Amino acid sequence: MAKLPAPLSQIVDRFGPHTKGVPAGGWAPIGEPDRFVKTHCCFCGQQCGIQLKVKDNRVVGFEPWEDFPFNAGKLCPKGVKRYMQDEHPDRLRSPLERVEGEGFRPVSWDLALDRTAKEIRRIQERYGDDAFAVLTGASLTNEKAYLMGKFARVAVRTANIDYNGRLCMVSAAAASKKVFGIDRSANPWSDIPKAKAILVAGANVADCAPITTDYLWQARENGAKIIVLDPRMTPIARTVDLFIPVRPGGDIGIFNGMLHVMIERGWVDREFISEHTTGFEKVEESVRKYTPEYAGRIAGVPPAMIVKAAEIWGPAETSFLLHARGIEHHSKGVENCMAAINLVVATGRIGREGCGYAMITGQGNGQGAREQGQKCDQLPGGRDIENPDHRRFIAEVWGVPEESIPHKGLSAVPLLEAVHAGKIKGLLLICFNPMVSLPDQNFIREALEKLEYFAVIDFFLSETARFADVVLPGSLMEEDEGTTTSVEGRVIHHRKAVEPPAGAREDWRIVCDLAARLGAGVKFPYGSPREIFEELRTASKGGVSDYFGITWEKIDAQKGVFWPCPSLDHPGTPRLYEGARFGHPDGRAHFQAVEWRPAAEEPDAEYPVILTTGRVVSQYLSGTQTRRIAGLMAQEPEPFCEIHPNLAARYGIEPDGFVSVESRRGSTVVRARIVRTIRPDTVFVPYHWPLARAANNCTIRAIDPVSNIPEFKICAVRISAAPRPDDAIARLPPEAGGIA
Amino acid sequence: MSELAFFIDYSRCIGCRACVQACEECDTHRGVSMIHLETIRRADTVQTAPQVCMHCEDPICARVCPADAIKQTPDGVTQSALKPRCIGCSNCVLACPFGVPKYFGAIDQMMKCDYCYDRTSAGKRPMCATVCPSQALAFTTREEIERKRQGTAINLWKFGGEVVRTKISVIVPSGVSEIRIGESALSRAGGPAGATEDVAVLLGEI
Ligand code: SF4
Ligand code: SF4
Ligand code: SF4
Repeated sequence: MAKLPAPLSQIVDRFGPHTKGVPAGGWAPIGEPDRFVKTHCCFCGQQCGIQLKVKDNRVVGFEPWEDFPFNAGKLCPKGVKRYMQDEHPDRLRSPLERVEGEGFRPVSWDLALDRTAKEIRRIQERYGDDAFAVLTGASLTNEKAYLMGKFARVAVRTANIDYNGRLCMVSAAAASKKVFGIDRSANPWSDIPKAKAILVAGANVADCAPITTDYLWQARENGAKIIVLDPRMTPIARTVDLFIPVRPGGDIGIFNGMLHVMIERGWVDREFISEHTTGFEKVEESVRKYTPEYAGRIAGVPPAMIVKAAEIWGPAETSFLLHARGIEHHSKGVENCMAAINLVVATGRIGREGCGYAMITGQGNGQGAREQGQKCDQLPGGRDIENPDHRRFIAEVWGVPEESIPHKGLSAVPLLEAVHAGKIKGLLLICFNPMVSLPDQNFIREALEKLEYFAVIDFFLSETARFADVVLPGSLMEEDEGTTTSVEGRVIHHRKAVEPPAGAREDWRIVCDLAARLGAGVKFPYGSPREIFEELRTASKGGVSDYFGITWEKIDAQKGVFWPCPSLDHPGTPRLYEGARFGHPDGRAHFQAVEWRPAAEEPDAEYPVILTTGRVVSQYLSGTQTRRIAGLMAQEPEPFCEIHPNLAARYGIEPDGFVSVESRRGSTVVRARIVRTIRPDTVFVPYHWPLARAANNCTIRAIDPVSNIPEFKICAVRISAAPRPDDAIARLPPEAGGIA
Repeated sequence: MSELAFFIDYSRCIGCRACVQACEECDTHRGVSMIHLETIRRADTVQTAPQVCMHCEDPICARVCPADAIKQTPDGVTQSALKPRCIGCSNCVLACPFGVPKYFGAIDQMMKCDYCYDRTSAGKRPMCATVCPSQALAFTTREEIERKRQGTAINLWKFGGEVVRTKISVIVPSGVSEIRIGESALSRAGGPAGATEDVAVLLGEI
């Protein structure tokens, strides 16, 4: 079904992406707006506080919100320009239906919703309940995440629901759960400046979590020694005490090697280990062979760097570990994280002021969106979908028989593989853009083409929505209300600033209407997101991520509430594990011994170079929002390939010339950026662009066996100088995947 | 105007351009950014440097202006050129040692950073320094900067024989008391091993 309904250029002409560079009402001075709405950035997991200026029901600008504790007015360029999404010419203002050969035509809400409900049931009657799947987004509010999980299991009755946090946070979450029993950053960010040693592993905070740099710099002013692990010299790596240019996939070498040295020199806290942990003997045994020489070979760095890292980290009084996608986007992402966390637990430096660790959430609600039940294996409150007690509890909240709740379904990548294999025939997708963000783009496109029915809820026609049968126009964050949970574990309140434009609707209303058409209306009687939140509170009660004591009023009064917050008189829990009480039933942290193993695809004679992917500061995720903002596009109009001069010379690649990056799965042609700040065996391409510019044409569908996160950070490619592309895609505007 | 002052710390800049994006949100010159972000030899380094008007105590831009279009406020803020006066001659553009004023052909006029005067004169902080995520640009009290940061904040510049004092201070390694252009390194934290940013050298491959 899902071929493009019209030529690509025609779809781009009509639905964009186009850039918008002038705010609603023009650039003329605004003077006093009608009101300031205190809310949060709609992009990354830091969820900065911001005030939107509203005049005549239009967002016309912003004002920093200096009293919000996390960012105190600070914003990255995405936050500054986020308000430009309002009144964007690309906004969808009517449901659309595909017409083969012509494109999309507007249809009524009734027709679009009726048809979607009918197709869901048709497919399920013919192929079984699980043949219809739901894919959701980690940018959704907690209310919507909760709603989607319930909608899939109660209204659609499918096991196959998963979300795009699968591409982001799941390895960190799984590792944290295994070691500590709780999936959340252990500390609020205010602990970072109090640490004396800081290890930043695979986190390019300058581009991906810019506000966090100030916390790191504060620590540096206070005399902290900072270690950064990254294949690239990132802006924070430049002035720290030790930068280790680790080979992609070699992180376990560094962590195990550091622990080896620390054990040798007596820098582990034996008392803490025996009183508060289990499993250290195995770890001790397993790191024995990770001498600095062996570890250095794995990590592709001089052994002296590993010794120096241990010398900084080992004897420190206080310490803080931060990790992000650089170590998590691997087919051994969970093991990478566990090996890193072992360094924290072995020193007992956790759960105290200035002592702890944090997993940096990438997506807006990466934390909350996975707790409330839109992950294929979880029910609200971080509950386990296979645990009979957990199932019974949620069944009661939902008012359904326990056996009616489906069991664990497929996660995102296997789910699309099942679509490709013809096992899943229908898909409803909300706020997820697999046609940019999933690895192996050719395969994903083939999968979408096989769907019998494909419906999308989104506010722009994303690269993926172009393949849909029906598109349902949803709402921006500031057109709706609800909560998200930030990188720190702080539940915050996004306030409504304006109404959705005529023709579009709040996402939760769309989903409730669909549920009603599927005959589940009584289970979805909500009149507002607040009512959904009230049910979520109850559903999370007694779970790991317990929101029961959190109310919107409390969030407003306290500027956010950290979970767990089990009762109304509980202030929330900024710092987990105080008094070394961990989340497992035995109260201990569970060490996990980890062995290094190679990536799913290592470079070889045919594909001799490592490709690693990541972000730039001006773009967010698949770029479907940020590529529509002119100021942000101006910062980095198109993707590029960072290549060390030594490597570029070998292949005759010229500065600013074009380079073809080709893997066994596909290729991308982008401009070369020849820089000494990257390892000579590795090239880097940011992933926010689609089509011929997509880094994910090259990446591999290999996934971590535990978290099912794809291995975005390493695959084998060959590179060559290429002429400037001059095909139909190259001639599209850069925001649509063309060349500037 | 309050006790608050403007400080620049190049060692903190991450090149994110939030300052540039935010500058054009200020009501006096909405849509045009007055801060420059310099990318220094990207092939060799990820260092970047923000450049605002330094608000010289004795601003040469104003001294060379034949139309007397550049005014300094009593609290030491050198304003952008006044609208009917500026004749677009670009003397200021050429004279400013920091390369700050820019000539805009469309309006035949010079424009430059004016310390977000609409905001700072009303007790608010300038847009760029408020949003700067790494606080490479900081608008705060000198007391707080001395308490919270290593290094010293200085505002004495020597361009050859020319001595310039500025309202805006930059943070440099402790012990440095003036900046001789062409001699002092502005970055106060020594980079990794011999300050090279060439990863091949760090790996011992060269
Ligand atoms: S994208 Fe992230 S860092 Fe930037 S303003 Fe938004 S929440 Fe803050
Ligand atoms: S920095 Fe340049 S523009 Fe600013 S006051 Fe000094 S001379 Fe004038
Ligand atoms: S906002 Fe701050 S960190 Fe970002 S480019 Fe400007 S000065 Fe540098």
